[in-house]
Amino acid sequence: MPDKMAPKRKGRIIKISGNMVSASFAPFAVQNEVAYILHGDERLKAEVIRIRGNSAEMQVFENTSGLKVGEEVEFSEELLSVELGPGLLGQIFDGLQNPLPLLAEKCGYFLKRGVYLKALSDEKEWDFTPLVKTGDKLRPGERVGFVPEKILRHYIMAPFGLRGIQEVINIAGGGRYNLRHPVARLRDEEGREAEVFLAQAWPVKIPISTYLEKLMPSQPLVTKMRLIDSLFPVARGGTYCIPGPFGSGKTVLQQLTSRHAEADVVIIAACGERAGEVVETLKTFPDLIDPRTHKPLMERTVIICNTSSMPVAARESSVYTAVTIAEYYRQMGLNVLLLADSTSRWAQAMREMSGRLEEIPGEEAFPAYLESRIASFYERAGVVRLYDGSMGSVTIGGAVSPAGGNFEEPVTQATLKVVGAFHGLSRERSDARRYPAIDPLISWSKYRSFIDEKEEERGHEALRKANEVVQMMKVVGEEGTSLADYVDYLKGEFFDFVYLQQDAFDPVDEATSAERQAYVFNFIYNILNAAFFFAHKEEALRFFQQLRQLFRGWNSSPWQSAEFARTEEEIRGLLQTKSVSKKERANV
Amino acid sequence: MYKVYTHIVSIAGDVITVEAEGIGYSEIAHVATRRGTSLAQVIRIDGKKVSLEVFAGSKGVSTGDRVRFLGHAMRIASGDNLLGRIFNGSGSPLDKGPELWDNPVEIAGPPVNPAKRIIPAKMIRTGIPMIDVFNSLVESQKLPIFSIAGEPYNELLARIAIQAEVDIIILGGMGLKHDDYLLFRNTLEEYGAISRSIFFIHTASDPIVECLLVPDIGLAVAEQFALRGKRVLVLLSDMTNFCDALKEVSITMEQVPSNRGYPGDLYSQMAVRYEKAVDFEGAGSITILAVTTMPGDDVTHPVPDNTGYITEGQFYLKGGSIEPFGSLSRLRQQVNGKTRDDHRTIMNTMIQLFASYRETREKLAMGFQMSAWDKKLLHYGKIFEDKIMSLKVNIPLEKALDLGWQILAESFLPEETGIKKSMVEKYWAKSSR
Repeated sequence: MPDKMAPKRKGRIIKISGNMVSASFAPFAVQNEVAYILHGDERLKAEVIRIRGNSAEMQVFENTSGLKVGEEVEFSEELLSVELGPGLLGQIFDGLQNPLPLLAEKCGYFLKRGVYLKALSDEKEWDFTPLVKTGDKLRPGERVGFVPEKILRHYIMAPFGLRGIQEVINIAGGGRYNLRHPVARLRDEEGREAEVFLAQAWPVKIPISTYLEKLMPSQPLVTKMRLIDSLFPVARGGTYCIPGPFGSGKTVLQQLTSRHAEADVVIIAACGERAGEVVETLKTFPDLIDPRTHKPLMERTVIICNTSSMPVAARESSVYTAVTIAEYYRQMGLNVLLLADSTSRWAQAMREMSGRLEEIPGEEAFPAYLESRIASFYERAGVVRLYDGSMGSVTIGGAVSPAGGNFEEPVTQATLKVVGAFHGLSRERSDARRYPAIDPLISWSKYRSFIDEKEEERGHEALRKANEVVQMMKVVGEEGTSLADYVDYLKGEFFDFVYLQQDAFDPVDEATSAERQAYVFNFIYNILNAAFFFAHKEEALRFFQQLRQLFRGWNSSPWQSAEFARTEEEIRGLLQTKSVSKKERANV
Repeated sequence: MYKVYTHIVSIAGDVITVEAEGIGYSEIAHVATRRGTSLAQVIRIDGKKVSLEVFAGSKGVSTGDRVRFLGHAMRIASGDNLLGRIFNGSGSPLDKGPELWDNPVEIAGPPVNPAKRIIPAKMIRTGIPMIDVFNSLVESQKLPIFSIAGEPYNELLARIAIQAEVDIIILGGMGLKHDDYLLFRNTLEEYGAISRSIFFIHTASDPIVECLLVPDIGLAVAEQFALRGKRVLVLLSDMTNFCDALKEVSITMEQVPSNRGYPGDLYSQMAVRYEKAVDFEGAGSITILAVTTMPGDDVTHPVPDNTGYITEGQFYLKGGSIEPFGSLSRLRQQVNGKTRDDHRTIMNTMIQLFASYRETREKLAMGFQMSAWDKKLLHYGKIFEDKIMSLKVNIPLEKALDLGWQILAESFLPEETGIKKSMVEKYWAKSSR
């Protein structure tokens, strides 16, 4: 905590170039501290990003139009921070955690510069229940009580920034308190006292690390997207990336994941992308019901939105704001999913700033520290064991928008080095309307799926084999392909059509539970392994087309419904007609 | 009243530097040279050194010329008096009309709060079946026409302008050939649309900096109309010229280029402009249609590539017609479910069959034998190209859907199209009757 009595350190603008402003300072400046530029009655927020001699170079989070040399700058000594407390869920913030609906109420259609509102309402009262009593000892980050927030129990924790064991010397009784009312008083071993409020601030660029240990991600995070869960799974506390050219369906994929993923809290960081897409989430989520909680999806969602036309510097901070909020909910023992769309825009924001700082550029003019920044961002994901033994996780999924759809570019490559799963979207698949357009031949995952390992491997093999036959057929034509190869090709295509592809507009097919996936995958595994008797290729083709049609119907019939059972019988009947039993095969 | 500075210390590219004090960033100044007066904008301040970009270019600027700062950022007049008028990239009249100073607004204003946007839901009918039926244009959409030099993209733009159901048309011409400028003017005049249009024209021979101002000026004026409840259509041709101007200026400014010489903030620069497309809650809207010529027909070139990431789809104009493949309106799902119940059926079926037709064409070219089905496809494809794809076709959506059924009935049996039975019963019989 900065000393409130110290006089404010001030400086004056000496140079302006775009959103980079340099100011003189005295007697000292702090790297990454927040500063305010005083322009008339406006206060523009900025962050010190480089100090040279006696000039502090700052990135300004606002349009710098009209600023003049000689105008006053106030240094705050605080790092760029977010406010963490009850009331975050269901909110929509900009990259600096300004609540956008409130800003709209205050300023109308446009985002007025220099207007900063408190992220959480000071006035709102929360129903507090204490969990500790006077004399209890606890560590920073341990729970002192809780309040109900929307769908969950929001734990109030001892400030993360305290040091050492704290003794509770005062704790409020159960009751309704607002954010300005202290609910506990703690004293550390050296006798320093600190008050606990329902909310606390934390600097966004520093990970919250008040937990026992970080563990290996081992539990799958079910997204209900078959292609992902069964073949390229994501683990709770793991990381994955979705690179893809424009129009290949990155955003739709992220939107579907944000709806269906089995996470307690979902943070959506819309970073430098279209405003229209955020609006869609914003306007539809309040009406969509989460099947797990039977409450609107918005109640488990926080949106951080810094769209492409909003100031670039705030775009850079928006992903940090998002991941800090994710870590905060993780500290309550929850599974949090952070979806960032798109990390390329974040990298571009770094590139723009680096250019203005006249740093020596790296590849494609990205700064040399691009890789380490990307790595340290994804490293904030993880499963952790908290002090009380409960577990919490942050899973990060980042969309990447590679220039020209070419995965060789620096952002994609730097990301691939640090993530645990790669879902590469391909233009070919999206042009062929094969959605989700994740290319199974280039994608990979280091995590384990809930699908049997042997069965999963068979699935991959069927796709690889089918692709080999396709390549061969391009040369020798269909007539030059053997029947056995042709059947392998049909099997792979069949698997692709009925399992990998999912119809986002079908209310049943759009999300498949883990249980259903395991059941159907096993069913298909048997088909992939089965021997069939066909007189010629045309018969084989017809058979698989029929099978495909039946499966499509199966996919859109609700799990364990009468329709589901009926279609399954029909499929089994059709399989019977052509399958060669083991005995017959032995005789051949 | 304003202080005049006469000490220009450096001139590089179109950027001049003067020593001055108390100047605001992005402020506008008058530079009086022996060739006349030009506007200039502050782009960097370092202590007393103020660098300005001279809109009319620095040719003929002398170190002794007079620079007078105006104390505000670039402004443009707005309102009904602009209708029917033609201006250049700095907002000076190109027609014989008077200079305008009504309701000045600052250009490149703040972004719209996403919480104040609404989900776009209103279709803009154009009378072009390839747009209305297959890739419907939606109010507040931002959509480029990807094309190559020589294609009739400006003709297409002009046609959409006169046929689209909008209140105001704003044309921003960047690096426009004089002929193209005349084409727009004559077409809009001929169809009586000029009185609801405003032109901001930068032709290929005008100073490069003015090219950069055209979208900002046009969109600032558009925003004022939209806030008053008007539906505004902004046409920008050609955004590739805008990007090239950006490249030229940033390289002169010694910025580190990122990809093929373009500046690292190319994406943000374009996004800030395209994102002005909006449907205001409780007011009007701005729809942007832009032309992006692709050097070498290469969609991975930085300009079309970055554009694709920003816009809500694209029309791909090739061989004189809108290609069904490669064209996409991302917002079409918002509107095509509410037009007529057969809209999506026709859209999907006709395109799938047309894809099969293209495959058959390839087989034909490779000398394979044509089956009966192939022949049907060839027949269908030919009619589709003539009656639907051709840009000469000009019919309302409902007529186009009827025509679709007619073409299908002429070419196929109902079961060959894979259309749901209920749809076939409702529409197939009717059209073949």
